[in-house]
Amino acid sequence: MANSHYEPPKQSAFGQLIDSLFLLVLVIAALFAPLYLKLAGGGKIDIAVADKSTWAGLGQSAVQQAQWEKLGFTPETAASIITSRFDYSFNPTEVVITAVVIIGYFALLFAFSRTEYREVIEERFGRK
Amino acid sequence: MSQTTAVHGEKISLLRVLGPAHVWALGVGIVLVGEYMGWNFAVGKGGMIAALIACWVAGLLYTCVAMIDSEVTSTVAAAGGQYAQAKHIVGPLMAFNVGLYLVFAYTMLEAANAITLGYLVQTVGTMAGFADVHDKPFIVLTIMFLAWLNYRGVYATLTVNLILTAIAFVAILILFAAVKPWSNELLNHQAMLNGLPYGWLGVIASLHFGLWYYLGIEGTCQAAEEVRSPARSLPLGTMTGIMTLLIAATMTWYVCSGLMPWEYLGQAVTPLFDAARLTNSMPLMVLLFVGTVFSTLASANGCINDASRAWFSMGRDRYLPTWFGAVHPKNRTPYRSIVFLVPVALVFAYFAPLDQVITFSILSGLLGYTYMSLNVILFRRKWPLGMIKRGYIHPFHPLPALVLLLLCSVTYFAVFLGYGTQLIAMLIFFVVASLWFHFHRYQYVRRGDQFTMQWPRPVGY
Repeated sequence: MANSHYEPPKQSAFGQLIDSLFLLVLVIAALFAPLYLKLAGGGKIDIAVADKSTWAGLGQSAVQQAQWEKLGFTPETAASIITSRFDYSFNPTEVVITAVVIIGYFALLFAFSRTEYREVIEERFGRK
Repeated sequence: MSQTTAVHGEKISLLRVLGPAHVWALGVGIVLVGEYMGWNFAVGKGGMIAALIACWVAGLLYTCVAMIDSEVTSTVAAAGGQYAQAKHIVGPLMAFNVGLYLVFAYTMLEAANAITLGYLVQTVGTMAGFADVHDKPFIVLTIMFLAWLNYRGVYATLTVNLILTAIAFVAILILFAAVKPWSNELLNHQAMLNGLPYGWLGVIASLHFGLWYYLGIEGTCQAAEEVRSPARSLPLGTMTGIMTLLIAATMTWYVCSGLMPWEYLGQAVTPLFDAARLTNSMPLMVLLFVGTVFSTLASANGCINDASRAWFSMGRDRYLPTWFGAVHPKNRTPYRSIVFLVPVALVFAYFAPLDQVITFSILSGLLGYTYMSLNVILFRRKWPLGMIKRGYIHPFHPLPALVLLLLCSVTYFAVFLGYGTQLIAMLIFFVVASLWFHFHRYQYVRRGDQFTMQWPRPVGY
C-alpha cells in the first residue's frame, strides 16, 4: 500500500484573476444569451375574444370584473393579460434532444467524477 | 472537517453558534418568500387547480429532498452542504457543479427578492400618490445592505432572519383568518376557479413554478459547520421547515385563488399583497406590505449567506481561485465571496424579468435535486448502514430517491414547456464549466484533501 501524493502547481495572482473572470463571463453569457436573443420564455400566443373593450367580451363574469377594477384595471389594460396563453405545442424531436442533453450532462459528470474520485481515495487511503 | 483559514499564521474558523430555531429560520426564511411571490406563475402555466396540484406534488418532491438531505447532512456536517457531500461521495467535478448549482439557485433567488421588493415599493408609492417612484434604487439598496449585514457576521444575520421570518409567517396566518375562509363573504372560489385551462398538460407545466413554494429549503445544511449540534438540529430544523411551508403554501393558494381572476394571479408580482388590497382593509394591506418586505429581506439575507458559503468552500478547496477561501479575521465571515457575488446578483436583478430570474433559480435547484437522488444511492452503497455513524437514517430507502428522480424528470419536461431555451442554455453552461474544471482547474486541486471525514475506505474503491 503506497500513498502517491500529488502536489498541485501554484497559481499566480494573474491566473486566479483570469479564472474568476472566465467564470463570471461564462455565467452572464449563458444566462443572458436567451434573454438577449429573445428566445427566453417564448411560446406565448394571444387567444381570440369577442370584444377586447368590454369585460363581458373578455369572458369575465361580474365577480371577476369587480376584482379587476379593484386592482385598478380597465378592459383595455387587462385585455393583454386575459388573452395571453402559453403555447404548449412542441416537436417530439426537441423533447428527445433536450432529454439527451440532460442525460449526457449527468453521464459526463459521473464519468469524470469517478476518475477524479479514484485519485482522491488512492491518495487518502493508499493504493489497494 | 473544520472550516478554517490561516491569517497571520493563526487558524480562524467559522463560529458554532446556531441552534434548531436558526436552522428553521435559515430554511423557511429563504423559502417563505415563495408564498409571497413567484408561486403564482404556476397558475399562469396551468390554472388555479393545476397550481394546487403542483403545490402538493412539489411538496412530495421536497419531502424526499428533506428526508435524503437530513441523513446525508447530519453525517457530512460540513459547510457547503450538498457541495461537501458531493466531494466525499461522488467526486470533485460533481462537487464543483453542485457548488455552482447552489450559488446560482441562491443568487438568482436573491435577485428575484430584490426585484419584488423594488416593485412593491414602486406600487405602494404609486398608490400613495408618488407616481415617479422607481424600483431600481431599492433593488440596489436591498442587495448592498444585506451583503453588508452578511459581511458583518452570521449570528446577527440569522437572528435578524428568525425575526423577519416569524413576522412574515404570522402575516400569512392573519390574512388567512381575516378573509374568513369558512364563509363566502370575501372569498368566492366558485366564481374564480376555472378548471384546467390547459388540460393535464398544464398540470405538468405548472410543476415548474410549483417548486418555487419550497425552493431553497435544502439551504438548512449550508450552515452545518456553524450549528452547535448538527445531528439533532439539522433534521429537526429541516423537517419542521417543510411542514411550515406546506401549511403556508396551501393557505396562500386558498386565499389568492378565492380573491382574484386566474389570468391576473398568473402574472402578479406580489400576489399576497394584492390579496390584501382586494379585502379593502388598510391594516391588512399594511400587514402584507410588511410581510412581503420582510419575507424578501429574510430570503435575500439567507441566500447571500448560503451562496457565499458555497463559493467560499470552493475557493478553499481550490476549485475556484484560493483568494475566495478567506475568512474575515474579525467578523469570521467569508467576506471576499460575499463581495464577489454582489455584482452578479445586481446584474440580474437590474436587467432580467422576474419570471426568467426565477426560472434560472429553479433550474439550478432542479439540477441539484437530480444529483441528490443519485447521491444518496451512492452514499448507501459506499458506506452501508452500520459502517459509519449517521445522525439520522431516512426510512424506505431507496423509495424517496426514486420518487425524487421521477419527479425531477417530470419537472424538466415542465420547464421545457415554455422555457426550453433557458433549460438548454443552462445545461450548455454547465457542460462548458465542467470541461473547464476537469481539463484546467482540477490541476490546482489537492487530491487527498478532498476527503476529510473520518470514515473508512468506501466500498468498491
